[in-house]
Amino acid sequence: MNEAVRPTLAERWPARSILSALADTGEVFLLLGQIVRELPFALRKFGLVVNQMAAIGIGSIPLTLIVALFTGAVTAVQAAYQMKDYVPMVYLGTVIGKSVVIELGPVLTAIVVGGRVGASVAAELGTMRVTEQVDAMETMGISPIRYLVVPRFIAATLMLPVLTIFADVVAIFGSYLVAISTLDITPHTFTSGLKMYFKMQDVFSGVLKAFFFGQIIATMGCYYGLKSEGGAEGVGLATTKAVVASCVLILVVDYLLASFLFRVLFA
Amino acid sequence: MHRAPDLGSVPGRDAGPALVPNVAIEFSDVWKRLGRKEVLRGVTLSVGRGESLVIIGRSGSGKSVLLKHAIGLMEPDRGIVRVNGFDVTKLADRELFELREGMGMLFQAGALFDSMTIGENVGLALREHTPLPEVQIEIVVAEKLALVGLTGTESQRPSALSGGMKKRAALARALAMNPKIMLYDEPTTGLDPITADVVNRLIRQLQQRLKIASIAVTHDMRSAYHIADRIAMLHEGRIHAIGTPAEIQATRDPIVRQFIEGSSEGPLQPT
Repeated sequence: MNEAVRPTLAERWPARSILSALADTGEVFLLLGQIVRELPFALRKFGLVVNQMAAIGIGSIPLTLIVALFTGAVTAVQAAYQMKDYVPMVYLGTVIGKSVVIELGPVLTAIVVGGRVGASVAAELGTMRVTEQVDAMETMGISPIRYLVVPRFIAATLMLPVLTIFADVVAIFGSYLVAISTLDITPHTFTSGLKMYFKMQDVFSGVLKAFFFGQIIATMGCYYGLKSEGGAEGVGLATTKAVVASCVLILVVDYLLASFLFRVLFA
Repeated sequence: MHRAPDLGSVPGRDAGPALVPNVAIEFSDVWKRLGRKEVLRGVTLSVGRGESLVIIGRSGSGKSVLLKHAIGLMEPDRGIVRVNGFDVTKLADRELFELREGMGMLFQAGALFDSMTIGENVGLALREHTPLPEVQIEIVVAEKLALVGLTGTESQRPSALSGGMKKRAALARALAMNPKIMLYDEPTTGLDPITADVVNRLIRQLQQRLKIASIAVTHDMRSAYHIADRIAMLHEGRIHAIGTPAEIQATRDPIVRQFIEGSSEGPLQPT
């Protein structure tokens, strides 16, 4: 092989993949640093944040609620099946309440919204990048981080907890409907179980998770969107990467937060 | 015509003011590698205040890359890029953004923000950087749009405009802050000959009336002869030749001749 065209160590797989992953990680942290620096300036442009809150939050309500309704319904059916003959049905509401509020509500909402919003943010910023709109913004002396990234970051951070609370309520309502209509459980039995071991810290832990999940979704969408190159194919690739990275990070951070909250903070 | 000038020894790398007050933009021994290709290989070039410089060269020769260095969208691997005497590679983000407020750039495809109307596009920099009241901003936007022959298009979306109108709207946006330096990336590419002539005349008028220093990158030799005080040819990562339009037209350099005549026969091989 010609010495001049032989790939360097950095260009060989798996070295290339490892270096690329490390570089991505470093760049994401740099982006987070820039976001933190620009937060005070972006708050002066709260109109941009409100627009993004409408797009990310209000736009995601129908999808979130449909997913939550059926999540609650299927949780009721499966919990009842597993408890049958072993656990009194008064605990059905307890099991559903805790699993929805602590885990299913925040995680499923984040995965669904991550797919919708992460893809939309990555595609929008990616298109702006490949059509030189981001460069144009920079040449006008306007920071794309301040103008494009921070409003989306704040909006997702604020709206994910709100969507999660909506999802919790609708999921519990869905399971309640299924329980009283098809599982031969009285409303009183279900609500007694729901209230029995209810702890406010469970709601807090779910909302706290959603707060971080919102940041993950916005950061991944913005990072891969702004990193797009090469036209439509590049934007498609960025969109896929943003959604995949969001979903994986949501599950990883879910584990880390659960470990911290239930083994350290509330132990 | 003469060979690319040697600006002499490179001053120390600081972001201080210009040593040469009449120079608006200065590239000193600029090198840039993209992937495995050395795109710029020691470009040395300067543009005076009020001067219009056109850079010609083949596709992929690094013309747009050089232009992006002038406004800090790219950083050189080696060498210095000074704008108004400030080394753009040494400026902090905020200082760079402030420097850019005095510059304008026209992108090849316009790069209008498609989520905004034309009026919002043109007025964006004014809203971000000046304390002007909304009424005053609307007056300035209308003036700039009139300057490029697009009166009354404020409420239209970029998608509703033709290619030529988009380019002119983008020009109005670039002029909104009354820049002293303008950068044009392929200002007439994709335009019909009549619209191209309108854009050429606009660029020339701006330079003559407002004494704007400009660099335009183009393949369009008709446009280059129209708008240039000097033409530089970028070839193999270096300034191969530089001179006035008359000097370029009269040159015997085979590479320049082949390029300006658009011939497939000569030292430049089709890519």
